[in-house]
Amino acid sequence: MNETLLRELIPAVTGVLVRRGADFATAEDAVQDALLRALATWPADPPADPKGWLITAAWRKFLDATRAESSRLAREARVASEPPPGPTEDTADTLQLYFMCAHPSLTPASAVALTLRAVGGLTTRQIADAYLVPETTMAQRISRAKRTVSGVRFDELGDVATVLRVLYLVFNEGYSGEVDLADEAIRLTRRVRSMTDDEEASGLLALMLLHHARRAARTTPDGTLVPLAEQDRSRWDTDLIAAGVAILQAALARDRLGEYQVQAAIAALHADAQTVDETDWVQIVEWYDELDRLTENPVVRLNRAVAVGEADGAQAGLAALEQVDRTVPRYSAAEAYLRERAGELALAARLYGDAARAATNLAERDHLTRQAARLNSVVRG
Amino acid sequence: MAKYLLLKHYRGGPAPVVNLDPMDQWAPEDVDAHVQWMRDFATKLQETGEFVEHQALSPEGTFVRYGGEGRPPVTDGPFAETKDLIAGWLIIDVETYERAVEVAGEYSAVPGPNGKPNYEWLEVRPFFGSPPTVSE
Repeated sequence: MNETLLRELIPAVTGVLVRRGADFATAEDAVQDALLRALATWPADPPADPKGWLITAAWRKFLDATRAESSRLAREARVASEPPPGPTEDTADTLQLYFMCAHPSLTPASAVALTLRAVGGLTTRQIADAYLVPETTMAQRISRAKRTVSGVRFDELGDVATVLRVLYLVFNEGYSGEVDLADEAIRLTRRVRSMTDDEEASGLLALMLLHHARRAARTTPDGTLVPLAEQDRSRWDTDLIAAGVAILQAALARDRLGEYQVQAAIAALHADAQTVDETDWVQIVEWYDELDRLTENPVVRLNRAVAVGEADGAQAGLAALEQVDRTVPRYSAAEAYLRERAGELALAARLYGDAARAATNLAERDHLTRQAARLNSVVRG
Repeated sequence: MAKYLLLKHYRGGPAPVVNLDPMDQWAPEDVDAHVQWMRDFATKLQETGEFVEHQALSPEGTFVRYGGEGRPPVTDGPFAETKDLIAGWLIIDVETYERAVEVAGEYSAVPGPNGKPNYEWLEVRPFFGSPPTVSE
């Protein structure tokens, strides 16, 4: 059994323990312990019934943990006398775990960490690696997150939107260590979609697949960022694009629009263009208008202004940019791009320089610095 | 989350609030209290899930540069009294810039001689993060 299949079993095992009367925090720790033992022993000695093995191991660990705390003896007696579980597959319990891990009382980073461990089935070390922090720090972040949600009732109904936001963060941020976070986000979003039949879960899944399709073209082998317009489109994964488009179309047909569906629609229009010149910018602007109505996010207006510049010319783009708050991240980069297209090269060069200094990641900083250097050498003649 | 480097300028940076003697001139119990306070501070940040790393640096440093093709590197110093002295650093992973500033403010209250806060300047520098996947 490979590690991904093992991870698939984790939320259901936690669900079984909780249904037997275990509290979420202790159950989750017990399941993590069983997971670590499975990773260590299964390669040499694979069990006939992996899920049963995990439930037994986790349940024993849970009883040990509760036994160790004398104040909890009463509860142990109660849970130990509970009847054996019924069927072990319970979608409602698993979905409830997703809600719990994305609970609005959690900060985004703790929701991400707890989600990756309790429903993603990742080990604390793997999560720590992915976010470049020590394992002890990540363990504490997860423990605190569990304390924060300790008062949440397990049958309290959650909001799918909060779960999707956490999965979006997993997909969009973080480094890829031993575990590929993008793959992990896609796997979990697929699961949420199958459990909820939610249009926005479909929208998010489509968005992820459409962006994942560009992965090979997004950076050069040495890690240099390649902007969308310069990507070698023959390296885009057409199977992923087709899958993303199909999921998106089915969601859009249900006429319950949301921000992820709209973002996916924009990504699909880019994916549809064989060359950058074939991009349907007019439609992209229309989708940005839709997204603006749904989110009122200033970053959306910034991206819209760039799209307007492509659809109706640089002056129109600059006019649209005037409506955007100048303090929005990447404002200078967007203005630099439009100024260059408007022929204002010296100003564009200066703005690219500003944008490079404000960049929050190295790949972007290097890219913007190169743009500034290119224009400065043109201006100097 | 974003990572920040809190750089301890023992000397240098803006004008010092307290002119600190070198630690070997402090009372031994003040040195102990200082060291223990730093350990406790790191532990506290571990518990909040924000700690990444901390390091102290030996005060003596040497400047080194490329010496040219086929030649050994050029060195300068060490200098007995440099204007700037970096005593070490702390790296944290926090939710916001405001939180990074808050942590730096608390860190600067580390006790010096006579157990009084030493008010040292911390330079807060953001690390570069990972580029976002969704770009448009």
